[in-house]
Amino acid sequence: MNGPHDMGGMQAYGAINPEPEATEPLFHEPWERKALALTLACGALGKWSIDEARSVRESLEPALYTSSSYYQKWFEALSRQIVDKGLVTADELETATASPTPDATSHRVLTADAVDKVYSRGGPTNIDLDNAAIYRIGDRVRARNMNPVGHTRIPRYVRGHVGEVVLWHGGHVFADDSAIGIRRGEHLYTVKFMARDLWGPEAPAGDSVMVDLWEPYLEAP
Amino acid sequence: MAHEHRGDDTTDTPSGVALRDQALECLLVEKGLGDPTALDVRVGRGDVRVGPRNGAHVVARAWTDPDYLERLRTDATAAITELDYTGRQGEHMVVVENGPKVHNLVVCTLCSCYPWPVLGLPPAWYKSSPYRSRAVIDPRGVLAEFGTELDDDVEVKVWDSTSEVRFLVLPERPAGTDGWTEEQLIPLISRNSMIGVEKARPVPETAA
Repeated sequence: MNGPHDMGGMQAYGAINPEPEATEPLFHEPWERKALALTLACGALGKWSIDEARSVRESLEPALYTSSSYYQKWFEALSRQIVDKGLVTADELETATASPTPDATSHRVLTADAVDKVYSRGGPTNIDLDNAAIYRIGDRVRARNMNPVGHTRIPRYVRGHVGEVVLWHGGHVFADDSAIGIRRGEHLYTVKFMARDLWGPEAPAGDSVMVDLWEPYLEAP
Repeated sequence: MAHEHRGDDTTDTPSGVALRDQALECLLVEKGLGDPTALDVRVGRGDVRVGPRNGAHVVARAWTDPDYLERLRTDATAAITELDYTGRQGEHMVVVENGPKVHNLVVCTLCSCYPWPVLGLPPAWYKSSPYRSRAVIDPRGVLAEFGTELDDDVEVKVWDSTSEVRFLVLPERPAGTDGWTEEQLIPLISRNSMIGVEKARPVPETAA
C-alpha cells in the first residue's frame, strides 16, 4: 500500500535533532515501555506474523500515522489488531472490562520463564525453495512498477529503477503474502541502486542505496 | 512540539494513551492473554539496555582477529552466534565494512527494523520520520547532522532494511590503536558508529 509509512525520499520532515547517545533514555515515558511489552506479549500469542503487524500499523490513517509518536502507532495498531483477530471485542476494549462470558480458547501465553528462550531463539524467516533463483549476483534488474493495495516491502522510491544484484539471501518468507497469513518463501536479493539513478544528477556520483527485494518485485531491465 | 528535541515526530503525548495502555494490560491479563510478570521481564532484560556493547564486542573481535573478520564476512549470523548474540531481530545478519573510501549507513525507511541482539532497541531518532525519509535521499546531510563529514571521494552506501535481514556497520578502526586489546577497543565503538551515522571514537589524547 502506498501509505504514510513509505517515507524514503520525502524532504518535508526537517532536522533529525538526535539526542546524544550517552544520555538518551531507553523510553521517554513509562507507557512507552508498556506499549512495547504489550506488543511483544500479544505477538507471542502467535495470532499474527510480523508482516501482519506492520500491515496494520501502516494502514493507520495518514494524519494519525504522521502525528503519532512511534510507540503511539504501535499501541494504536495493537488495539485494532486484537479486535480484528477476535482476542478481545470492541466493547471490551472500549470499557476495559472482560466480558462475563468466559473465553473457551486456550492461548499460547508467553510466561516469564519462557521469555528468554523465545527471544534468544527468534523467528528465522529463511525457507528452502525448490525453484532456483532467477537472478545472479552481478545481474542488472529492474524494480517493478507495482502498486499493490496490500502490504508490500518494495519502497516507492525504487519502483521502475534499474539496479544490480549484490547479495542473494536464498528463500525468505515473502512479506506480501505473510501479511495476509500465508507463509511461503521467495528468493530474496539485495539490489544496489545508484543514487543518481534514483534522485537525479545532483546526487553524488558514487553514492548508492541498497534495498532488499524479493524476486516477485523484480524483472529483467 | 513538546518532544522536538528527541528526534521523534510526536507533537504531544496524549494524556489518554498512558491510561489506555494500562487498561489494555489489565484487560489482557483478565482474559488470560497476558502474563504481567512476563511483560516486565522482557523489557527488563539486560540485552535491551546493554545491546550496543554486544555489537561493540563483535566489532572489537573483528578488528583484532583476522580469522573472525573473515568468518564475519562469510556468514555474519554464524560469526555473531559464536559470541552468543542471537535472537529476535538478529536472525539474519549481514556486516558491512567501512574503509578509507567507503562509508555505510543503515536505515529502515518503511518502519524501524534494527538488529536488537547486537544493538539493543533503536534510539528514537532512528525511528523518526526525518531520519527514515532523508537517509536515502540525503545521506551526507544526515551524516553532517551527526557531525560526520566525509570527503567527496568517499562512497556512501545506504542500506535500507526492507526484509528480515539486519545490517551491522563495521566501523574503521581508529588510528593509534595498534596492539590494543578488545577490552581497550570496546569503549571507542559507539552504538552510532555501528548504525553508520558516526565513525568510531578517536583515541582519547590522554591514552595516546
